Amino acid sequence: MSEILDKQAEATTRFRIVDSDIHPSLRSEKDLDPYLSARWRKHIAEYGKLSHRPFSHRNTYPRFMPNTARRDAWPPGGVPPGSDLEFMRAQLLDLYDIEIGILEPLMDSNLVRNLDLSGALCSAINDWQLAAFTSQESRLRASIQIPFEDAAASVAEIEKRVTDPAFAQIQLTARSTEPVGRRRYWPIFEAAEHYGLPIGMHIGGEAGHAPTASGWPSFYIEDHHGLTHSMQCQVTSMILEGVFERFPKLKIICIEGGFAWAPSLAWRLDRNWKIMGGEVPHLTRPPSSYMRSNIWFSTQPMEEPERPEDLRKILGWIGWDRIVFATDYPHWDFDDPRTAFPCRLSEAEKRAIFRDNAMSIYRLG
Amino acid sequence: MTRITEGAIDCDIHPGVPGIGALLPYMSDHWRDAFVLRGMDGFDLASYPPGAPIACRPDWRPKSDKGGAGKPGTDFDAFVAQGLDAFGTRLAICNTLYGGQVAVSETMGAAICSAINDWIADRWLARDARLRASIVVPAQAPHLAVEEIERLAGDARFVQILMPAAGEMLYGKSYYWPIFAAAEKYNLPVGLHAGSMFRYAPTSNGWPSHYLHDYVSQSQIFEDQLLSLVSEGTFSRFPSLRIVLIESGVSWLPGFLWRAIKTWRGVRAEVPWVERPPAEIIRDHVRLTVQPFDTPDDPDIVADVIEQIGGDDMLLFATDYPHWQFAGTDALPAGIPPALLRKITIDNPLATYARLKETVA
Repeated sequence: MSEILDKQAEATTRFRIVDSDIHPSLRSEKDLDPYLSARWRKHIAEYGKLSHRPFSHRNTYPRFMPNTARRDAWPPGGVPPGSDLEFMRAQLLDLYDIEIGILEPLMDSNLVRNLDLSGALCSAINDWQLAAFTSQESRLRASIQIPFEDAAASVAEIEKRVTDPAFAQIQLTARSTEPVGRRRYWPIFEAAEHYGLPIGMHIGGEAGHAPTASGWPSFYIEDHHGLTHSMQCQVTSMILEGVFERFPKLKIICIEGGFAWAPSLAWRLDRNWKIMGGEVPHLTRPPSSYMRSNIWFSTQPMEEPERPEDLRKILGWIGWDRIVFATDYPHWDFDDPRTAFPCRLSEAEKRAIFRDNAMSIYRLG
Repeated sequence: MTRITEGAIDCDIHPGVPGIGALLPYMSDHWRDAFVLRGMDGFDLASYPPGAPIACRPDWRPKSDKGGAGKPGTDFDAFVAQGLDAFGTRLAICNTLYGGQVAVSETMGAAICSAINDWIADRWLARDARLRASIVVPAQAPHLAVEEIERLAGDARFVQILMPAAGEMLYGKSYYWPIFAAAEKYNLPVGLHAGSMFRYAPTSNGWPSHYLHDYVSQSQIFEDQLLSLVSEGTFSRFPSLRIVLIESGVSWLPGFLWRAIKTWRGVRAEVPWVERPPAEIIRDHVRLTVQPFDTPDDPDIVADVIEQIGGDDMLLFATDYPHWQFAGTDALPAGIPPALLRKITIDNPLATYARLKETVA
């Protein structure tokens, strides 16, 4: 076990940590310029990256910390958190003895309305992940950004990147213009299954729909919580549309979307499927069984039941082999591997969650 | 053997509106003419298509005059026999789901809602002393909703204000304060029943392909409404306000409370008027009906969820008749601790609906 985890318990074996959610940042917008054509640089300078929100240069719900970051995650020199590899090494990779870290860039790209611009930005971000991070740090892996609202362009971008072992997965966003199980997105799933790449579905994004079925919340405290609802929507949609019937080997990792909702959503789905399964005759088994065969969950932000031991019940229901650890570095709600779990874990459970599950799900060459 | 529901108070039972024709006698000349001359009918909610399995248990589905399947809940005698007598119900609260609550026109919405309330009083409450009802209101126009509440508040058989779970705005918004002020003034809980005005897509990712997805995702709108009510400080402004979540599914609540507490701890400074953990506020002000209860048929899981909910006062008995939630008369999931049965079936409903006490000495 890693020295970090050693401090919690007697170690019988040594293992290091796989972090499924690290957020790299641009030092400035100019960092992408080398990977964008003159046409797109001009377009962005003039029109910006039009998305689905009221402000030209910021998201609808102002976050609670500058750059959504930990106060101490600002590197020396004032560049944004997550943009300085040396500082990321010191504050995350070395400190916690991370064996492998998966980068999940979150920046305007895959939900930009102009699909050509979306494709150009995703491709530029992919180039930049390689140049700025993975080529300089072998512990890091990249995620293939795709303009997922354009399935054909997405497949082309996946095929452009798939031969590079630096990419561990395809990244999707838990907010989309349609529930992601709908057929227009299926070419992406087909490519993911074909190439054996898992899909990391990260919360966030703004796709034009109100965050609730009753309109727009006033506060970040509501929208932030509501992100977990978008994740529930995507899981529900993929199951009910039959995505996992059609692509049985597809692997979806729900990143940063919480997981305490998984059992109750599964129970609710199963209960209603029993009486209304006739509407989805393409499903050959109860909805919950697809959750257990095709869906994984990352741990951060950790669920914190009022009675800590209830967490074990949730994890047990989901399956100890379906949970992967994540820090969410450098964001404010970062989970420290030493203290993230409020309940006891056995040695085997720790090993599975902190390392082995991720090693078997991600493409880690 | 005594039924465990003997003497219970059923907090969610659904009389069916046969069609707009049944409501015309309770409308003004203007609206009667409008509905007839414009040929307007078919105001059943998309949230409950009358033919959908969830809308009516197969053995409760009435025959129509023409021999085919009739609309759920429209046969009074069957309603009484199946929905009340079969359970030994002592009192039942009628929640009518129809048209007016979701119409885009404020005035048409108000006209249908008023007609429903008068129709319920005339055709249902007057015919069985066990029946009580919710006041259906046009939440589209809070001032008209308040007029309707005031019009009926003198009739103690109306025990609650009813609104759809998904409206035109989240209910914590100040737009709705007049409704909550009236609710406090007349000591009426506000019931939010599963269902949507469909002003927005049913999910934050737009429109799903299936009704099943619509229905399942409604647990999330209940969560969103609680977050809104708490975050906007609604319960500080209206300290005696009670919200009842009806047909919510229930088992989502513990996980929701945990995340609400955690998020509040992290960013509570955004809403400094929320001075207590959201779970405390919700346990004080929010109640939930127990059908459906979304767990497997496993008494241990049911008991776990009830323990995690953590408030003995929070759950209210309901059959959700004629919606298809359970078989036979097993309206209470196995696994509820015996000590809680009487609270859920009798004490909690009486404590929640103050007006019931006026008629149950």
